[in-house]
Amino acid sequence: MSFLRDALLVAGKDLRIERRSRVALQQIVPFGGVVVLLFAFALDSDRTLLHQAAPGLFWAAVLLAVVLAVGRSFAIEEANRARDGLRLSGLDGGSIFLGKAAAVAVELFLLEVIVGAAVVVLYDVSVRGVVVLLCAAVAATVGLAATGTVYGVLAGGLRARETLVPLLVLPAVTPVMLGATRSFQAALDGVPGDAWPWVQLLAAFAVLAVAAGTVAFGPLLEEA
Amino acid sequence: MKRLFLAVTVVALAVTAVFALWITPPRADQGFDAVRLLYLHAPTAWIAYLAFGVTALASLLWLLPRTRGTTWDLLAGASAEVGVVFTGLTLVLGSLWGRPTWGTWWEWDARLTTTAILFFLYLGYLALRRTGTTADERGKRSAIAALIAFADVPVSYLSVTWWQTLHQQGTVFNERLSVKIDGSMAFTLVAAVVSFTLLYGYLVLERFELAQLEEGREARELERAIADRVQAEHVEVAPV
Repeated sequence: MSFLRDALLVAGKDLRIERRSRVALQQIVPFGGVVVLLFAFALDSDRTLLHQAAPGLFWAAVLLAVVLAVGRSFAIEEANRARDGLRLSGLDGGSIFLGKAAAVAVELFLLEVIVGAAVVVLYDVSVRGVVVLLCAAVAATVGLAATGTVYGVLAGGLRARETLVPLLVLPAVTPVMLGATRSFQAALDGVPGDAWPWVQLLAAFAVLAVAAGTVAFGPLLEEA
Repeated sequence: MKRLFLAVTVVALAVTAVFALWITPPRADQGFDAVRLLYLHAPTAWIAYLAFGVTALASLLWLLPRTRGTTWDLLAGASAEVGVVFTGLTLVLGSLWGRPTWGTWWEWDARLTTTAILFFLYLGYLALRRTGTTADERGKRSAIAALIAFADVPVSYLSVTWWQTLHQQGTVFNERLSVKIDGSMAFTLVAAVVSFTLLYGYLVLERFELAQLEEGREARELERAIADRVQAEHVEVAPV
């Protein structure tokens, strides 16, 4: 039980920092909004095209934001050598991982709600199949946050961290991009039955990513 | 020894080239002479998988405390480098073959997409290796990254069986395990796989030796720097 309590402690710490510094809310969420606007420019604000591509564009915006959220999650550990404090805290590596990943997941979920609202309004999307959308979003977000956190600590403390994280994270999360886009597409098209295999893929990916991170995080944190 | 290895590799490649270019027949359903790309495309893909497999295995051996050693880390890096080159070649050659047979340079097909992702995953792995840290730290980070990246290899390999793809199924290792080509074509394909595997072995050997020399140089430079420093301090300290 102390494992989960420690994870909550770490998640609480990260979220408290975000609430006070407002970097996530005032920089990462607006960034998601800008990406949504850019796509509209790219497709020449063609309403039918935007409407059709909305799920993919939405998740592309989220994926780009993941890179920022992960970068931020580890930037706060670099400042004042907080990383050393975390290492010396005596908390289990796995619980630190779960905590940091959970904090990133909460931030991403918030971002998805806001960016999702922007997509609905700007790309003329009518929301259908809310249950499927929610399940897919939760599974995808957990997978994204966990994968991002693994690569965040992997590149942590390196000189080229900021440029390395996107190159490592984005190819690794392509299954999430595919599964989330397809399940959103199916739900919005009114055929939620087609979405479930993709939601299962997302869930499997999330479980694997969380398991891999829980095992690998401790040793990786020790080294850097 | 290495010279002999190189000589055997060159001879094997030459034999393959003769068979691939002149002895095997052109095929109407595979873009006539373009079918000869089979003897390049399939072996390069095989080498890419083999190389990443070796990287994953070496990384695993590095991670296990009992077998941990710089050798495995350097081997993993050397193999991944060759693997990335061959993945790139596979993509380019496949694209060149796709144009006459499928009528397109690129198709968003499961096999092609997963292979492209593989290319970028290992580019990231190589970038991670090049960020300067201590050998031990690099070993741990890159070994874990290599194992994560390897998850895409079986997905890419099995993608032609899992999904309905434009890319054809395995010529030799397919669902029914029946070889779909015969005669000189089958022989040439086997010869190509063997000679490319030799080439892979030679390239990894060269790259591994170079990496060992680099490691040695760094260690020597560090020792010299420490010695210089000690000497300098000694001279400065002496008058006081």
